[in-house]
Amino acid sequence: MNSVSSLEGSNVEPPRQNGELVFREPWEARAFGLAVALAETEALSWDFFRKNLIVEVAARERSLKDSGEAWSYYESWLVALESSVIDGAIVKKSSIVDRCVSYAARPHGHDH
Amino acid sequence: MSHDHSYSARSPKIRIEALEDLLVEKGLVDRSRIDNLIQKFETDVGPMIGAQLVARAWTDPEFRNRLLDDADDVLSKENISGAEIEHVEVKANEPGVHNVVVCTLCSCYPWALLGLPPSWYKSPEYRSRVVREPRKVLAEMGLDLDEETKLQVWDSSSETRFLVLPERPSGTENFSVAELAALVTRDSMIGVARAETL
Repeated sequence: MNSVSSLEGSNVEPPRQNGELVFREPWEARAFGLAVALAETEALSWDFFRKNLIVEVAARERSLKDSGEAWSYYESWLVALESSVIDGAIVKKSSIVDRCVSYAARPHGHDH
Repeated sequence: MSHDHSYSARSPKIRIEALEDLLVEKGLVDRSRIDNLIQKFETDVGPMIGAQLVARAWTDPEFRNRLLDDADDVLSKENISGAEIEHVEVKANEPGVHNVVVCTLCSCYPWALLGLPPSWYKSPEYRSRVVREPRKVLAEMGLDLDEETKLQVWDSSSETRFLVLPERPSGTENFSVAELAALVTRDSMIGVARAETL
């Protein structure tokens, strides 16, 4: 990595030039942005979310040890966000499930 | 994302879309704010912010002292703020002492100074092993420290984030702050590498 040339004349080097892509898939970015945006407006307590994230990360690690599946950090993030929103009585679990089912049933080409 | 195949109701893509839409409909979140946050972390916030602080600390002993004594005060005066940097401590490497940062429980990280953490920082292997056998983990990552060097592992929490102040490479006496900042990698500020040499 030649960070000397990549930084020349610029002080806003994207993180990926000093590391790797921040998000592997667009949904990871949405999950990240949604949690931070909710915390900003205090619709969701960041501490509450973080506690759920710790629990979920630990649970995922235990289950992956047995299955040998690949680790995906943002999957744990998403599960923690879902349970925070449900446990915090912000959105009902049934509403989320219903919405997922209806989106999954959209005809091809409409899953924007 | 391809439009050529459908997704199951349990796929992350569908689940996050459903959750976002429900929260937007309830007026609890603003879609453009989510866009802005993603944009910010993908392009505007990254290790160059921490690197500027390190380079200034290398050239200005008074700034270095302030950074090590009360990083929060420095950040507030420099107008650096944002998610997850409510309290930051800077740990200086020096001959015989090396610092490395981890979050054993999840992935706490000084976002506003380094951007978002790399995937290895979030991995179960790094989080558990760097506490148990830091010297070995660092050696595997390409950083060999001699046995005499004292290794300090800092475990981040929701209250405290850490930034490592790496040692200034030799031969850089005539470098400007901007030239020095270019030598300061993200990994050197987590403590798993040295600053780059010439």
